[in-house]
Amino acid sequence: MTPTRKKRLMLIVLVFAGVAVGTGIFLLAFKENIMFFKSPTEIAAGDFPAQRSFRIGGMVKDHSLIRADDSLKVSFVVTDHQHDVTVEYEGILPDLFREGQGVVAIGKMHNTELFVAEEVLAKHDENYMPPEAAAALEAGKKAGNDSKTQYNSGEQN
Amino acid sequence: MLASIGQFNLIVSLVLAVMLAIIPMVGYAKNHNGLMQLGRPLAYVLFTVVLSSFLILIALFVLQDFTVTYVWQHSSLTLPLRYRITATWGAHEGSILMWITIQALWVAAVAKFSKGLRQDEIARVLSVLGVITAGFIAFILFTSNPFERTFPAPFDGRDLNPLLQDFGMIVHPPLLYFGYVGLSVAFALSVAALIGGKIDEHWIRWSRKWTNMAWAFLTMGIILGSWWAYYELGWGGWWFWDPVENASFLPWLAGTALIHVQAVSERKNAFRGWTVLLAITAFSLSVLGTFLVRSGSITSVHSFAADPTRGLFILGLLTLFAGGALSLFAWRAHKLKSTESVHFDSKEFMLLANSLIFIVATFTVLLGTIFPMIFEAFGQKISVGAPYFGLMFFLIMIPMALLLPLGTQIRWHKGSLKAGVRELAPYAVSAVVFTALTVWLVGGMNVRGTMGLLGAFWVFVATTGQLIKHRGQKNASFLGMTVAHWGVAVFLFGMSMVEHADTEKDVLMKPGQVIELHDLSFEFKGVQWVEQENYRAQQGQVVVSKNGQTIDTLTPQKRHYPKQQNPMTEASIYPGFTRDIYVSLGEQVNDQGAWAVRIYIKPFIRWMWFGGILMLAGATLALFSARIRRAEQKQFNHLMEHELALKQGGRTA
Repeated sequence: MTPTRKKRLMLIVLVFAGVAVGTGIFLLAFKENIMFFKSPTEIAAGDFPAQRSFRIGGMVKDHSLIRADDSLKVSFVVTDHQHDVTVEYEGILPDLFREGQGVVAIGKMHNTELFVAEEVLAKHDENYMPPEAAAALEAGKKAGNDSKTQYNSGEQN
Repeated sequence: MLASIGQFNLIVSLVLAVMLAIIPMVGYAKNHNGLMQLGRPLAYVLFTVVLSSFLILIALFVLQDFTVTYVWQHSSLTLPLRYRITATWGAHEGSILMWITIQALWVAAVAKFSKGLRQDEIARVLSVLGVITAGFIAFILFTSNPFERTFPAPFDGRDLNPLLQDFGMIVHPPLLYFGYVGLSVAFALSVAALIGGKIDEHWIRWSRKWTNMAWAFLTMGIILGSWWAYYELGWGGWWFWDPVENASFLPWLAGTALIHVQAVSERKNAFRGWTVLLAITAFSLSVLGTFLVRSGSITSVHSFAADPTRGLFILGLLTLFAGGALSLFAWRAHKLKSTESVHFDSKEFMLLANSLIFIVATFTVLLGTIFPMIFEAFGQKISVGAPYFGLMFFLIMIPMALLLPLGTQIRWHKGSLKAGVRELAPYAVSAVVFTALTVWLVGGMNVRGTMGLLGAFWVFVATTGQLIKHRGQKNASFLGMTVAHWGVAVFLFGMSMVEHADTEKDVLMKPGQVIELHDLSFEFKGVQWVEQENYRAQQGQVVVSKNGQTIDTLTPQKRHYPKQQNPMTEASIYPGFTRDIYVSLGEQVNDQGAWAVRIYIKPFIRWMWFGGILMLAGATLALFSARIRRAEQKQFNHLMEHELALKQGGRTA
């Protein structure tokens, strides 16, 4: 083989190796960091990843927020009007967090009732509802025909 | 009345843009000089009309015309004048109008500063830009008209989102749009070249300047966005891998690949097709970003109110621009075949490697951003967390930092990698020493942080070494490159420090309580109500002192705007060259005046933005290259002679 060819071959081998390693890492990183979104109804049905973090979304139930007196621990109830999940969190809640409004929390289920959050987000659009939470509420509303409440809190402002 | 004029101007500008899209192109097809010459004046008129429309919208805000829906939705009687002006681009409709205004400005600038291009070339470029402009004007007219009216008008408006009542917001969007839209020039050039079936050095040299400028604006826009998020969102982060941030980062990454490949294809007949493809990609990603942000298909902190028709319309535009350009590329690319071969041991090859690295980075970020959409189509709701982006980006940037000094060191055409490695070895050693020293001084740093520091020192030392070696060089493009690469080093340093050596503490503080953190102590003096221009605020007082000496009293606020349900956190920052002290208020925890308080120490955070500013300065400096100016003058003279010869030939005939 001429030196040029040898170099070219080496280059091709290197590129292939690079692509293979890259794809492997990519898939691994992806698998580790994909996060599922579950509504309280799905959680009540046992449909959630047991060992890893996921997102839960819905509405913060009125009068459910309890604050510890001497630490930053809080607990509140997330509901989709069908089922409730209690969420525990230690830290500072975002400005947009409010009872009666949409919320998304990231964390793990401690047992079948209690969700321990590492992060609480109150991401939302200009109508004060995170799209994920709105979808969860919508689904909850459809499931329960007896509930006549309007949840589109966007009309409030 | 004013609103009707604005509306009318928009319709006129759509007609003008369509004319600009059609007339010069027809002129080119028929080889009709008169029609081609119409392109330039059309571009100027288009800009004037669009600008007047934009100014009218500003005037409507200043005059508080609440019959205009967009105005009452985003302004109020109590909003101060400066924010009434900036509210113009504070939400969807107005920001798209600003986008179009900037687009028209670029089109006019292209028409004005294109003396190096032949008549038929500039005609094609303007025509392609006309298509793009027409698309966006149609978008605003049919889906997001800012001049829509409400009767009867409400007595007061809904007020501007408090987060946007801020200096960062005044300047961040315009700069970002200058960048996004600026990439359309390189795109238009590529498409025009594909239509003509020919691309040579002077085309690329011409488009390189525009790409450089667009890239500089984009860099500045992103930095300002990051800085704004840091001080305004109240939780001390500077980058969240949020879809909207990614939307601005994607064209930046592709643009970075583009400006590096252009350095080759402008000098020799190589990588021509690749240059064209990258230019198409960069602008298409700008449009894709707009789609992601405006369609509401992805959950994001920034998301504008979702409206499916808008999403569909932009998707249509994206299909038209990107799809059209890529089909054209597939059909005509063989005509741009490069004739000169590229040696493995050469700067050309290194620059190619650079573009590959950045394109891989682009697609990694793109995949992470749109994956939730793909999953949603299958009924699964997922999100891709920041750790994915952080890890992937870290890995991809290792070869970038490693190869950067080698690429700048090696010669054009045919150099020697071996000699390069030998020459750079001392720099590598000193970089390792500096890194070890820094890690020792900081006192413990994880692997990623250490690697980041190593990269920073390696790039900095080698770049400086190159400058010393070529100290006679007064070439602006060499100096620009050096400055921009310093920027890379400074950014890497700041980022590694702030990501891996910062201190964050969320604590419950009672009035009078003192918290010690490193060498600093923070005393919480409680919270009081204060009245401000158009809001009331709960203002905390935190006295920061070091060895008993007071450094500063920080006053973080919790602001309450009359028309907003939720309060807004305003952090208080003591900025410094080597570290920022950052304090913000969480919420009141009990009736005894205890508050949740965030106390952060962010080492070297300013260096990241400073690094970005260096990159921007480098790109700007490179615009003044004497070599390029000489080449352009030569091209211009050549064109003039050619025209003169034609005229004289016509006379004798």
